[in-house]
Amino acid sequence: MAETSPDVALFATCLVDAFRPSVGFAAAKLVEESGSRVVVPEAQTCCGQPAYNSGDRATATKIAKQVVDTFAPFAAVVVPSGSCAGMIKQHYPALLADDPAYAAKAKALAAKTHELLAYLVDVRKMTRCAARCSRTATYHDSCSGLRELGVKAQPRTLLKSVDGLALIEAPNAETCCGFGGTFCVKYPEVSTRIVDAKITDAIATGADLVLGGDLGCLMTIAGRLSRQGSTVEVRHVAEVLAGLDDRPAIGVAKTPPQG
Amino acid sequence: MSVARAAVLSSVRRALGARPSASGVEARLTEPPPGVIPARGRNDSVAMFLEGAARVGTTVDRAASAAEVPARIAAYLAERNLSTAIKLAPDPDLRDLPWAEAQLQTREGRGEDHDTVSVVQAFAAVAETGTLVMISGAESPTTLNCLPDTHIVVVHSRDLVGAYDDAWARLRARGALPRLVTWITGPSRTADIEQEILVGIHGPRRLHVVMIDDGQA
Amino acid sequence: MDATSHTFSANARTALADVKLQRALDRLAEGFPARRRDAVARLPEFDALRDAAVAIKDHTILNLDRYLERFEAKVLEAGGRVHWCRDAAEARATILSICTRAKAKSVTKGKTMVGEEIAINDHLAANGLDVVETDLGEYIIQLRGEPPSHIIAPAIHLSKDQVADTFRKAHGTLPPARPLTESRALLEEARTVLRSRFLGADVGITGANFLIAETGSTVTVTNEGNAELTMTLPRVHIVLASIEKVVPTLEDAATMLRVLARSATGQDVSVYTSFATGPRRPGDLDGPEEFNVVLLDNGRSAMLEGELREMLRCIRCGACLNHCPVYAAVGGHAYGWVYSGPMGAVLTPALIGLDPAKHLPEASTLCGRCEEVCPMRIPIPKMLRHWRERSWQRGPSATRSRFGLAVWAFVAARPRLYRWATGAVAALLARLATRGRFAWLPFASAWTGTRDFPAPEGRGFVASWNRGERR
Repeated sequence: MAETSPDVALFATCLVDAFRPSVGFAAAKLVEESGSRVVVPEAQTCCGQPAYNSGDRATATKIAKQVVDTFAPFAAVVVPSGSCAGMIKQHYPALLADDPAYAAKAKALAAKTHELLAYLVDVRKMTRCAARCSRTATYHDSCSGLRELGVKAQPRTLLKSVDGLALIEAPNAETCCGFGGTFCVKYPEVSTRIVDAKITDAIATGADLVLGGDLGCLMTIAGRLSRQGSTVEVRHVAEVLAGLDDRPAIGVAKTPPQG
Repeated sequence: MSVARAAVLSSVRRALGARPSASGVEARLTEPPPGVIPARGRNDSVAMFLEGAARVGTTVDRAASAAEVPARIAAYLAERNLSTAIKLAPDPDLRDLPWAEAQLQTREGRGEDHDTVSVVQAFAAVAETGTLVMISGAESPTTLNCLPDTHIVVVHSRDLVGAYDDAWARLRARGALPRLVTWITGPSRTADIEQEILVGIHGPRRLHVVMIDDGQA
Repeated sequence: MDATSHTFSANARTALADVKLQRALDRLAEGFPARRRDAVARLPEFDALRDAAVAIKDHTILNLDRYLERFEAKVLEAGGRVHWCRDAAEARATILSICTRAKAKSVTKGKTMVGEEIAINDHLAANGLDVVETDLGEYIIQLRGEPPSHIIAPAIHLSKDQVADTFRKAHGTLPPARPLTESRALLEEARTVLRSRFLGADVGITGANFLIAETGSTVTVTNEGNAELTMTLPRVHIVLASIEKVVPTLEDAATMLRVLARSATGQDVSVYTSFATGPRRPGDLDGPEEFNVVLLDNGRSAMLEGELREMLRCIRCGACLNHCPVYAAVGGHAYGWVYSGPMGAVLTPALIGLDPAKHLPEASTLCGRCEEVCPMRIPIPKMLRHWRERSWQRGPSATRSRFGLAVWAFVAARPRLYRWATGAVAALLARLATRGRFAWLPFASAWTGTRDFPAPEGRGFVASWNRGERR
């Protein structure tokens, strides 16, 4: 047996790693604020969801095993994404159920893996954070986080403690944003119609900031908002909670472009 | 089509594979287990029936006795300026009521195209959803429930039950099921044109209930 | 009908460009989910009822043969007949022969999705019978020669003026000067025309929401009351039902009915729920002389095996359509056959084959709302993944998306290569992006056609963190 580390391993997810390191830093900061030490295993890549949802079970299984091995030594695994955490918690045990070498390990990993907000609020009992943000925001519940993991109240609990932040609920906060992994490129027109409904709903709240817990959704929403010329900003909820929202929002340049 | 029968059943059996023979099927059919009865169906409350009826646009009037029914119906028809010629179910309970005294012209029989008002007795009323349980039979032709514009249902308060299941128990006690049992909850309606709810698409444009209060005296 | 499921993408684009359809879909998205939510809120026992309904169906499916035999015995006892059919062709032939034997000319029909599935109208019409749908929505689409676009609201895709045009074209007796701008006027027009059809019909065909083994009864649910007229006025009543519709007892039917309407339209119960048992009895003044039940397999017994068995719990409430973001975007016709939305995406490949229907399981975001609202707790996303796996196993290996996935999988399985490759690409893109995003990217036009592509911030997180960077 490998030695168990008391540390929390952060599974940044492939999207955060490549596109939005700010979310990784924010997540790490929040986990540390909750009293845990953070490790970021170098061997992490992706959770395998693109293969899993494309029907490529063999590849998904192979990647799942790699993730299981990478994160086995840690006491807990925290993921700043409902969809990747859901993949590990809900789908790995089924995917590896028939593999005698991995079935038990997959279950063990599922049990100790937490979506970031669920970890902070449910496990670490965090009820507030020290951040400040003078904005009007609305929160998009990502589908996997909401339906596979029951993440709903946790982000709101912490957002309510953010000094200066007004949180306004959109009536269809629980409706899909149209990302759907490879769906958004297989059926781009349908995906766009879906995100348009989401955006209309969000803008109608009067918010100038859309928050959420999954980078896939947020890139879809941000990409469509900027294509429409909107100035509404999009961020991962962790950025606001960690006070790291001084950096440009998703899809916004570091310095305002000229002209 | 006995070939098809054997083929369907055998492919079902093949797909299901080996199963325990003591499957609970016989037990379930001979002693049907009770379902989950919602709290709102757990007592035969008139108030609950009225709430359900009101939600779907069923109007409900009360009569202190059966003898009062014709007058109550006459008042309902007069208020809405409706025809006083009614098609009456050939039901001994209804036949001898004082219709003429209430200035109503009655004919008995099944429902027909030109009938505008029908009066039928319900087998039961269900508080759970404000539903009427109508049964077919020589004394209560089905056509009276589905052809006339104005459908008037007479029901005794002693026939008000809490849940659908209570109505089933009463029907079982009566013997084999009649040809048709129909739960009616409101007048005929449709939402097929732009989702707008419109009443009176095929049968009754209005559903009116006269509940006779039994055992009040 | 000929399925057009194989052209889903093109169908979807047509649907997205149809302004009237889009308005209708907006109405649907506003209406059904809110009404369901209110109905559920009024019934604290709703989830307990769902659990009970699931248990009833699971038990019944596990003993399907036994309950079907009992159902048949009870129908015979009540004086009715049961006709078993393996497939659509057998069912069509059976129904036609019942009509021929009855020397029928005119047939009225209640709404039956199984009837759509076997295309019974076309078959009867081709054999000289005059068939008319009596559910208002079904009647409208029959006049237009369209399939239903929703399993419980077949004409939901149409606007008032389209219905008015349809009536003007079809009803020769309609005076041109009569205004048809109000829904009420359309309803009265349909009522008048359909009333004469009800009265003149020789045979009435209905579907069944449930079959009850205990009593041999068939259960139909409508709001219009058209099923009651269809099963009462003609000489012959034919019930067309697939084999998975059976439930054991009257109490079990009540449990199912308690979740059905609430899930479907947000009503506590539909206006008319009829339990039909055999033909007219001695002394009855009305009702058919003949009561026939056509029991159809058509692929259901095959679904009993393996991954799709739970789909046989489906009670056709339409809640999954009403809550599906993809259905709300493109409507039912894009799915290209009889059943649409999430349940259609699971069922269609099982009934017409995976090849022509392979797009349907792909055309889902797997958001899980269908499973969340399904009264029968059917794991629809899991079943869509099952079909995707089947497609993957069969599909050609040379498509672009497969190639992309293979490259990604190769890299993702090699952490050092992955770190280097993703880091390099991210850094390059970050340097190229002048506005924090891309309006166009090579190989990413499927994204950038309608959305900007947010640029990476810079170096990858994992590498940065492990180099000691902190914020």
